[in-house]
Amino acid sequence: MGTKSTLIKVTPQDYDKMNKEVQPKPKVLRNCVMALLVGGGICLGAQVLINLMFLGLTSGMESLDEASVLAKQKEAQTLGTVCMIFLGALLTGLGWYDILVSVGGAGGILPVTGFANAMVSPAMEYKHEGYVLGVGAKLFSVAGPVLLSGTIAAFLIGVLRFFF
Amino acid sequence: MNKRVGQYTVTFQNPPEIMGSYCVTGPKEGQGPLNAYFDHIMPDTYNGEKTWEKTECAMMEMALTETIKKGKVTAEEVNYVLAGDLLNQISTSNYALRQIGRPYIGMFGACSTMALCTAMGAMLVDGGFANRVLCAASSHHDTAEHQFRMPTEHGNQRPLTGQWTVTGAGSLLLGAGAEAGIGAGAGAGTGSGGGSEPKIRVTSATLGKIVDFGQKDANHMGAAMAPAVAETLLAHFYDMGTSPEAYDLIISGDLGSVGLELMKKVLDKSGFHSLDTVQDCGCLIYHTHQDTHAGGSGCGCSAVVLCGYLLDRLRQKDLSKILFVGSGSLHSKESLLQGESIPGIGHAVVIESE
Amino acid sequence: MPEGSIWFNLIPAFLIGGGLCVIAQLLMDLTKPSFTPAHVLVVFVVLGAVAGGLGWYEPLVKIAGAGATIPLTGFGYVMAKGALEGAQSGILGVLAGGMSAAAGGITAAILFSFVCAVSFKPKG
Repeated sequence: MGTKSTLIKVTPQDYDKMNKEVQPKPKVLRNCVMALLVGGGICLGAQVLINLMFLGLTSGMESLDEASVLAKQKEAQTLGTVCMIFLGALLTGLGWYDILVSVGGAGGILPVTGFANAMVSPAMEYKHEGYVLGVGAKLFSVAGPVLLSGTIAAFLIGVLRFFF
Repeated sequence: MNKRVGQYTVTFQNPPEIMGSYCVTGPKEGQGPLNAYFDHIMPDTYNGEKTWEKTECAMMEMALTETIKKGKVTAEEVNYVLAGDLLNQISTSNYALRQIGRPYIGMFGACSTMALCTAMGAMLVDGGFANRVLCAASSHHDTAEHQFRMPTEHGNQRPLTGQWTVTGAGSLLLGAGAEAGIGAGAGAGTGSGGGSEPKIRVTSATLGKIVDFGQKDANHMGAAMAPAVAETLLAHFYDMGTSPEAYDLIISGDLGSVGLELMKKVLDKSGFHSLDTVQDCGCLIYHTHQDTHAGGSGCGCSAVVLCGYLLDRLRQKDLSKILFVGSGSLHSKESLLQGESIPGIGHAVVIESE
Repeated sequence: MPEGSIWFNLIPAFLIGGGLCVIAQLLMDLTKPSFTPAHVLVVFVVLGAVAGGLGWYEPLVKIAGAGATIPLTGFGYVMAKGALEGAQSGILGVLAGGMSAAAGGITAAILFSFVCAVSFKPKG
């Protein structure tokens, strides 16, 4: 803050109060319901995909022991997640994902589809700045911090387990 | 005669005439309530260009060349071009001016650029340093969005105080009146021909100072600019010995609905209470159902509203004296990330029709 | 496993997945506006990793399936789980564990993002 004496007869402190009074309140309840519906919907869709993959992977197989069921479940889960990442990237490319988030808020941001959106959107927009410094660098403008925090957190947890 | 009045204001001895104006907007503005006043509305945000930066550049070029035509002058008669925009190093203007080939003075006043250019242009003309001056400003929603916020396709929820950067460019031509021109004469008629049209003149200007009340929210720039705009208005009223009643319309650049309310509150507390004529370009340019939240912003916002809507209403004698006050928030993305607050500014010009 | 029973996980997937998103939404709405989507993702990845390390996230994955793995907390959980498993084979395992557990997802994300970024033009 660096304002010399002013003609207006309001101090920055008064102004902060006035500003708080006129701020429109976010519709928290409505936003939360939409986040539940959109976020829950994305997870539900993913689960349907995973279940279908599981059925596909195990179809034609007779008696499965528990270990191979678990293995197939894990496989189906990975495949389903990969499909969701692809869908998130595709919808971003088509220009629909930002509309989904403007409605669903965190419901669109938190799932991996939102992570894919955060990777594709800057890369696509800075494409004209070249493949190295445009696409290559900007792809990680949001994904970078996420990978960083995940890697550091996982490493620290592993180190704690190793020593204790 | 001393042209300076009071501490901050200048009045023009031979008020420069606005000889012509032109504005071009994007499709979203074209669906807004003022669309009938815009000279050209682009069908989409690219308009055939490869990048939005190029589109913005083309918009400004179009605004400049068409204004020259509407002012019925040749490019060679233009002594200076004053132009600015929101992008780094005001690159839109720098590139757009490649094709104009006239002496160019780049101006940066963020969203107040149009008012700043008009004020400075009028000073050049009335000072006798120029006969014809072009003033222009532009912004593009998508170039501004990825420079100041996030990539356009990046999903996020815009806060209710957020404003929508206007895609548009506006330009106007200032000329010394026939009586005062440096060898003027022939081309000094009004913009769109027709002798019956009134002459529109810039009669005084008050350049503002930076006012920073510690606001840090880039999604609530109206709050950062409102004190600065109020400050400039007070300076103008005190210097000129006027009050809000003296103007048919007092119109700020892009405070948005929340910022406008704050600005009125500040004026009210500072002793000016009849504020019915106070309006904001950002509040006029979009319908509420266009989901822009607090309204429009950007250099283009006040530029197209002035060069389209306001000048038209002055030409129709619907308004005869307006106080146009551009509002700018002079931050950068980096300064905000480093925790700095937003310095606000307001520049005012009085435009009258005879 | 009897046919059809696998569909019982749909409702928990919806509720847990949606519930995590509601928490994120509250974080965004009730904190400063400078708390952006990128901050949400980072916070939830760390939360997922911590919950995974403490062994709290595993039961959630068992109940909710995609409801726990699709939100980014699941990404943190997978990395933490990998690092914990790696720790059993030594400190090098800790270094490699997290990334290798998430390698498939990361590679898929990079690959698809690159392809989509190159093939599409932003609409604005």
